[in-house]
Amino acid sequence: MDHPIKRDHARFRKIVKGKIRDNLRKYVSQGNQIIPKGTDKFTVPMPSIDIPRFRFGDKSQGGLGQGQGQPGDPVDGQPDPNGQPGQGEAGEGEGNKELDVELSLEELARILGEELELPNIEPKGKKSLQSVVDRYTNIGTTGPDSLRHLRRTYKQALKRQIAMDSYDPENPAVIPIRRDFRYRSADTKVEMQNAAVVIYMMDVSGSMGDEQKEIVRTESFWINLWLKSQYKDIEIRYIIHDATAKEVDEQTFFRTRESGGTLISSAYNLCKEIIEKDYNPNEWNIYPFHFSDGDNWSADDTKLCLDLLDNVILPVSNVFCYGQVESRYGSGQFYKDLTSKYGSDEEKLILSKIKNKEGILDSIKEFLGKGK
Amino acid sequence: MNRSKPITGELLALKNQIEGYAVEYGLDFFPQIFEVCDYDTINILAAQGGFPSRYPHWKFGMDYDQLSKGYTYGLQKIYEMVINTDPCYAYLLQANNWVDQKIVMAHVYGHNDFFKNNAWFSNTNRKMMDVMANHGTKIRRYMDRYGQDSVETFIDKVLSLENLLDINELYETSSLKRHRKEQVEQQKSENEDDGYIIDDRSAALKSFMRTKARQDKKEDVRKDEEEFSAELPLTHKTKDILGYLIQYAPIEEWQADIIGILREEAYYFLPQRLTKIMNEGWASYWHSTIMTNKALDASEIVDFADKHAGVMYMSKQNINPYKIGIELMRDIEYRWDRGMFGKEYNECADMSEKIRWNTKLGKGKEKIFEVRKSHNDISFIDEFLTPDFCERQQLFTYKYNPRNGRFEIDTKDFNAIKQKLLSQLTNFGQPIIEVESGNYMNRKELLLSHVHYGVDLDVGFANETLRNLYAIWRRPVNLKTRYEDKEVIFHFDGKEFRPQH
Repeated sequence: MDHPIKRDHARFRKIVKGKIRDNLRKYVSQGNQIIPKGTDKFTVPMPSIDIPRFRFGDKSQGGLGQGQGQPGDPVDGQPDPNGQPGQGEAGEGEGNKELDVELSLEELARILGEELELPNIEPKGKKSLQSVVDRYTNIGTTGPDSLRHLRRTYKQALKRQIAMDSYDPENPAVIPIRRDFRYRSADTKVEMQNAAVVIYMMDVSGSMGDEQKEIVRTESFWINLWLKSQYKDIEIRYIIHDATAKEVDEQTFFRTRESGGTLISSAYNLCKEIIEKDYNPNEWNIYPFHFSDGDNWSADDTKLCLDLLDNVILPVSNVFCYGQVESRYGSGQFYKDLTSKYGSDEEKLILSKIKNKEGILDSIKEFLGKGK
Repeated sequence: MNRSKPITGELLALKNQIEGYAVEYGLDFFPQIFEVCDYDTINILAAQGGFPSRYPHWKFGMDYDQLSKGYTYGLQKIYEMVINTDPCYAYLLQANNWVDQKIVMAHVYGHNDFFKNNAWFSNTNRKMMDVMANHGTKIRRYMDRYGQDSVETFIDKVLSLENLLDINELYETSSLKRHRKEQVEQQKSENEDDGYIIDDRSAALKSFMRTKARQDKKEDVRKDEEEFSAELPLTHKTKDILGYLIQYAPIEEWQADIIGILREEAYYFLPQRLTKIMNEGWASYWHSTIMTNKALDASEIVDFADKHAGVMYMSKQNINPYKIGIELMRDIEYRWDRGMFGKEYNECADMSEKIRWNTKLGKGKEKIFEVRKSHNDISFIDEFLTPDFCERQQLFTYKYNPRNGRFEIDTKDFNAIKQKLLSQLTNFGQPIIEVESGNYMNRKELLLSHVHYGVDLDVGFANETLRNLYAIWRRPVNLKTRYEDKEVIFHFDGKEFRPQH
């Protein structure tokens, strides 16, 4: 039988997901555990429920530290309210040591998938290419020494010795001879090769501030990570737009800040051109993502956008994702326009509103949760 | 179900060896039991505050969730758990390497000695393992009867107030002893009166039931009076909020029992919260002493140094209690060995003479044993933190700089550091809240007051906490505090939370 804590654990997970104890929902915080990787840091969702207590509010009260430095030197990071001495009652003296972590991108993707319960993507059936690959899944009697399978060789020798009655349990020496040797050998397999392209489009008009861009950057990192774990080959293209659109490299994509108006159709047009030129929808899984604060120049342009979506982009894409980043200046009208046109009927269109950094993981879940 | 098992073979031999060293050094401890377990089990134990059996509640599941993730993703690892019981139980992680096990065992003997001898632990129940398990059984029984959701909801509300404790409850004073004796006698006579059977109900519940019984008697006389009208003390000030609620809140018997259970557990953990620096310092002092003088094999030096350094890391954002604790213990030992204290030493103006000061007093060991007996973190810091020490340990205070939004080193001034440290430790880092009146405005409203020492409360949290308190008190609740330099009373009437100036 499992330890009773597994029931507590299951209950906690249910509360976090909002399935039971609705009254606790408001105390759930979608915390993140930061995993340092190289010079960068990644986060793993770590939800928790804060039982409200009387506690000190003013975070600016500062604290105490230890180490080199002179008055005025910055102390990196925030004081950890749980790190104050005298707090934390969990049993005495747990020798708790932070460990260095080295996580591979695959592991990160797996963690993300597990935490958000993302379904694996079913690549579009007919559109997959076939390719021939060799996989070492078989065992053969010939081969180079470097591929010798020691366990199988040993087993074979043992079998032979028993069969020949030359095996002595008192002196259990097993000596393989030439014909006992077994080698790993390759099987030729036909594999579906699937390739995907992600086309990021971002509104860089004046109303998109640094914080909004940071959100898009983080979100696109995770989306790339997940899609890379699902597809063998992946290409990523970047489009920025204000009143006009242009294709840029990744660096520029996240750095550029323009001012001026917004014509979303310009980006959709360019997206369409890129798809038509480089990506045959019969061979590629296509993922256009568009991030904006929801302001478009005119209703006419919005109409143009919807036409483009309807006639060109939606039919060729796996899904089209629109993420609306909340900003102080954006009206968010475009989201409403899309909702009123498609509602929740259009399977291939996924809309998500991203309020702030905490909303990123939820929004990724919305985008990728359908397994398309 | 046994997820951990007693140590055998080599580990048992190691235990005997380390225990021998501990005795040689004069440590005085409860019988020590070591068990080994796998990482999942140690995560479970840590999530449950060290105890194998607790009442069912999602918060243990939450802690378990975080510990397991931390372990799975390689962020952190727990080497050992030790709990304050007699005999003292400690759990070792099976996967620890040999040097780790040695360090951990030596460390555990330090904790064990501290649990047994420190004055603040003198009243803790050393059979807590059984008590906790019984609490679990009782709460499960209540859940069977009243439904899991309603019992859990009630527990959540009580947990909201769990940090409102009165550390004076830990003292064993003569009046307390007398009071206890009276209680026992009173109980005996009441048992005879009312035909109570002696059972496993918590002491708190029994006292609650006596109150109820008294009220019932009165209600016989004045039937239509509200049930908790009796004996509400108007000026009964106490910080023991849970105890107060048991006595005076209009709650059911099972609810009173649950408050009693959670209160008992909170007070059990309280001494550990009051002595974190000393306790870790003492245990680290001993693992270091035993390892470097006795137990360590030459081949293990590097591993030991690596592990020890990991535990002793210094952070710019927080004080590491292990580091400050061990250094302060060593500093005290050094000073009392050389007589570096007292009037003569303090008044000596010649720095070089002060540094060379040595009266060959040799009382260092004796002094630290005495310190571990009678101090808690506050008195420990207050009495033994010196300007010299702060400088050597590179301590500083930092504060928020609104101009660049960063935290910056503020000062290395001794008085400021000491002040800050003491204020962080005051009331084990929690706001001081007391009940001021149970009949505020003559309307049976509850009035709490926050003793303000310069730091405001978090208003959002205060609001939610009052909401939970209201659910127990069932009349409007008020909190008197100072907020943004103004006296204010936050009032919650069941629907609305609003400040009254």
